[in-house]
Amino acid sequence: MADGERAIELLRAKFPQGVISAGSYRDQHWAEIRVERLLDVCRWLKEDPETSYEFLTDVTAVHWPDDSEVMEVVYHLFSLSRNDRVRLKLRTGDRGPVPSLNGLWDSANWNEREAYDMFGIVFEGHPDLRRILMPDEYTDRPLRKEFPLYRG
Amino acid sequence: MMMQQHTIERSDEHPDIITINMGPSHPATHGVLRIVLHLDGERVVKAVPHVGYLHRGMEKLAENRTYLQFIPYTDRMDYLGPLASNVGFALAVEELLGVQVPARCEVVRVMCCELARIGAHMLWLGTHALDVGAATVFFHTFRDREWHYDLVEDLTGARLTTSYTRVGGVVHDVTRDWLKKLREFVDLFPGRVDEYESLLTKNTIWLMRTQGVGVITAEQAISYGMTGPSLRATGVEFDLRKARPYSGYENYDFDLPTGSRGDVYDRYLVRIEEMRQSTRILDQALENLPEGPVNIDDPKIFIPPKKRVLTSMEELIHQFMIVTEGFDCPAGEIYHSTEVPKGELGFYIVSTGGKSPYRLRIRSPSFNNIATLPVLVEGGLVADVVANIASLDPVMGEVDR
Repeated sequence: MADGERAIELLRAKFPQGVISAGSYRDQHWAEIRVERLLDVCRWLKEDPETSYEFLTDVTAVHWPDDSEVMEVVYHLFSLSRNDRVRLKLRTGDRGPVPSLNGLWDSANWNEREAYDMFGIVFEGHPDLRRILMPDEYTDRPLRKEFPLYRG
Repeated sequence: MMMQQHTIERSDEHPDIITINMGPSHPATHGVLRIVLHLDGERVVKAVPHVGYLHRGMEKLAENRTYLQFIPYTDRMDYLGPLASNVGFALAVEELLGVQVPARCEVVRVMCCELARIGAHMLWLGTHALDVGAATVFFHTFRDREWHYDLVEDLTGARLTTSYTRVGGVVHDVTRDWLKKLREFVDLFPGRVDEYESLLTKNTIWLMRTQGVGVITAEQAISYGMTGPSLRATGVEFDLRKARPYSGYENYDFDLPTGSRGDVYDRYLVRIEEMRQSTRILDQALENLPEGPVNIDDPKIFIPPKKRVLTSMEELIHQFMIVTEGFDCPAGEIYHSTEVPKGELGFYIVSTGGKSPYRLRIRSPSFNNIATLPVLVEGGLVADVVANIASLDPVMGEVDR
């Protein structure tokens, strides 16, 4: 099965300006979304019967310190009715901001908090953006690449 | 940015609000979970869970480990069913590599997954019943857990830190003796499940403590990203073993128990039935265990057999390279998930090539499941908080990673 292939075709037809690029690896398809269109894209993916991604499986980020837009936020959506998964990505600056998906899926709440905790990305419109795994008084962002892997 | 208010002050609207702290070290929180409860008499007005007390930075550590070196960390995620996490991680790396394991290995891995499910559900049942005052059940399940742990120990050499899988196989084959012991377990265990049920399923006190308590609707559960038995108890028939089979799960005949009310009792019934279904799967796995190798024959990925290592220079070098440096993975990114006892355990691996992941994300079922706790407990009684926590079956090693 080619996860997300059809959905990304539909997405490109519906939001020609919203999709920056798309690709796949081992038949898992992903699309890079323009950050300004994220909410529209996600709402459409969730509500349109042809895509119906009712389930936000995961929100996370990857830090690419050598790139111009260093933060990559990665969303995994899943459709229970169609048994299909798709990966959305977007690029943003050091601390975002990125619109929060809390209004669409409750699972965005804790997962976005974790991305904020670990990378410092600010999710705009999040009702409760505070650290989740690290202590409140902690000052570092451990999953950023400048955070050392070991003390040598 | 609007910050959510985390304390409810006494006011005209709430004249008798008391804020109490539960955990992180509390016998009914099943690990280090802390919940701040705002109570109006016996009613929970607001509950705020705090997690992270068992955070060990596994995602960060993975960036400094080879793929093989990360396997012991997966033991320490869901430490009640480590075999299932071992399998999940091995499958994710194999997906990244594009490697397919032999048929015998798939069946052995299915045995691991189902044995883990039974063990995890036994612990859940014993402690859940104990939390709401039915102490007897605990002794029954812990007696049988010892039996289950003997099997795990015979198979892997460890009760808890199993680290049984390798990328491209398992560490060693199952023995005939072990299969005989597993057969005995499979034949006798369903009787034990009946025994547990006779203590609870029609027990009036149990029914009063669980029915209609901690209700979550299917829509809410889906929105919160809830997976596993807790999701199925709301009536959603979703299990990755059926929806997206791996390790040959499509070849097994088993049912997916679901609930309808999404309360503590339904979550109980679903997990009880899952133990029976798991023994059904184990039974079929024992019947259909093919002969053959349990690992791939690729000395660049899987350590060659000791005999070859000791007799061939080239194989010795392969072993040395895998152990000291690890193997190379292609550049790419994959998300692979499996149905572990708590729900969907996903690994998102970003590789830029090389011997360690550039980024390893662990999507843990307990993390997303425990986020629903306020939905379950708010509006209910303070005494039901423990029943709700237990019915979600969180394991903090997996929540905090």
